[in-house]
Amino acid sequence: MTHNLILHVVSKTLIPLIIVFALYVQFHGDFGPGGGFQAGVIMSSAIILYALVFGLDVAEQVMPPTILRLLASLGVLIYAGVGVVTLFPGGNYLDYSVLADTQIAGQHLGILLVELGVGITVFSVMLIIFFAFAGRGRP
Amino acid sequence: MPDHLSLLLVVIPLIAAPVAAILPRGRLPWATALTVTSICFILAGMQLWAVVHDGVISYELGGWAPPWGIEYRIDAVNAFVALIVSGIAAITVPYALLSAEKEIPEHQIPHFYSAFLLCFTGLLGITQTGDIFNLFVFLEISSLSSYALISLGQKRQALTSAYQYLIMGTLGATFFLIGVGLIYSQTGTLNMMDLAERLPEVSGLNTVHTGFAFIMIGFALKLALFPLHLWLPNAYTYAPTVITVFLAATATKVALYVMLRVLFTVFPNGFISTIPTGDLFILSGMAGIIIASVYAIYQVDVKRLLAYSSVAQIGYMALGIGFASAMGVTATIIHLFNHALMKGALFMAVGAIIYRIGDCRMDNIQGLGRQMPWTFGAIVTGGLSLIGVPGTAGFISKWYLVLAALEQDAWILVAVILIGSLLAVIYMGRVIEALYFKPAAETNLAVKEAPILLLAPTWVLVFANIYFGLDTELTVGVAEHAAQVLGVAAK
Repeated sequence: MTHNLILHVVSKTLIPLIIVFALYVQFHGDFGPGGGFQAGVIMSSAIILYALVFGLDVAEQVMPPTILRLLASLGVLIYAGVGVVTLFPGGNYLDYSVLADTQIAGQHLGILLVELGVGITVFSVMLIIFFAFAGRGRP
Repeated sequence: MPDHLSLLLVVIPLIAAPVAAILPRGRLPWATALTVTSICFILAGMQLWAVVHDGVISYELGGWAPPWGIEYRIDAVNAFVALIVSGIAAITVPYALLSAEKEIPEHQIPHFYSAFLLCFTGLLGITQTGDIFNLFVFLEISSLSSYALISLGQKRQALTSAYQYLIMGTLGATFFLIGVGLIYSQTGTLNMMDLAERLPEVSGLNTVHTGFAFIMIGFALKLALFPLHLWLPNAYTYAPTVITVFLAATATKVALYVMLRVLFTVFPNGFISTIPTGDLFILSGMAGIIIASVYAIYQVDVKRLLAYSSVAQIGYMALGIGFASAMGVTATIIHLFNHALMKGALFMAVGAIIYRIGDCRMDNIQGLGRQMPWTFGAIVTGGLSLIGVPGTAGFISKWYLVLAALEQDAWILVAVILIGSLLAVIYMGRVIEALYFKPAAETNLAVKEAPILLLAPTWVLVFANIYFGLDTELTVGVAEHAAQVLGVAAK
């Protein structure tokens, strides 16, 4: 597929849109439908499309597997870390209300961070799985 | 932060798991696992102490009050199981250093410890949570990581046995979830204590009965209750030895805890006798003790022999549940603890042989007992405990089980328990015969005793077997207290 001009042009136009949409789903998740899981999957689909059209090797240069592994762990750590942070002002685990001055602001901030963690992990795990399967049989 | 004790028990390994995954190869991931499991063991000990002395701990996650939010609710039962899980983990990890280096490819080591910690998180989570849906989530965490861990075994069969376990385990988890869904549809709640309050009103409904059946079958699969045990022998045989030790001593115990919890806390008292659940437990327990023990006699692989023996031992625990009496449940909880000790010790000792010769088939281990006296001693003592010889932990559990059977005038069951012990004499006898009385194969003459790092954890468990066979204050005391907490009526 490396010489297919139409696919190249169309996907190059689409990928930024997909990424923007993923970010919208990610950060608008607490007001409308969406959240980290969906956003992570959409974001990873942008890279998967890139890999399908431009080849696996180029895609792995864009998103190196070592970075992906770090990101996968980082997401979980953000999630669990937010919970730990809420312990220190005297809240229970994942009690976002204590994160900011007002309860509502705290809840917003907490869910935003936690969903960010979810998004990062889902994004990187989806890609790790994709690369693992797509890379089978390569030398 | 004593308030957060029960939470930290789950969160510390949860945070350590991704950290272990990104650490460089070498011994750092192992050191992380060692630190975390030791901390958790201490925390679990503190938790049990707090629960026994100050009563139930309730922790509201996210500050949302139960029954709306998720609640961790710890009483003597789950505190005890959490102590078993973290104790076994804290002993397994030192053992894992050499054993895992030998059996697992170097580039997988960080992932191995990461998955191990995740499995540990899941098992502890199951014991800590007071929310039945949250329990399902933790069940999946522990199951998914254990499939991955089993597939890391050296032989190619490890992959198929992990896959087999994946299918059976997923079926079990799905059944559990269907059951929870059905009950939720009738009560509108997922909090266990809230369920306990609401279920009596609707306990006559068929939906609730069906939900109950789904939950029981689901966990019988995870528990490997005979005849739903088919995944277990393969999984235990082909998994890396460390994982066999860990899963044999903890995973089935946690599944059994969930059974106890659902039967005696969540469902109204006496529900177990409205449909003949107790009889089913007794029937499958009896069949499991006899049939699995006979299977064990014919095995040529020692690990597989011990795996079948585990199925038989689960049968004993099922008997205790089936009696639905305070004495029966006490016996089950005691055996839950003691079986973790004996199977832990035995699998570790077998692992030491595998470390030396890479195999544990009956004809390959011949005569090794004389060259590896400490390993052999561990197998003999563990075997005696498994048989139930006085002075070992196994005797205490058999004793209470027989008492519980006598209480109900169930002479047949007393006979079954004794026959089970005799069968254990035969299958452990075969191992000991091969190890000690057969002439050593020429290829094995140079084999030396296992390194101290493998022997020390093994012997800690062996001594625990003897200690808890003589001093029963902790086990019996806590088990009786736990049976009381579960509210099982004395008969």
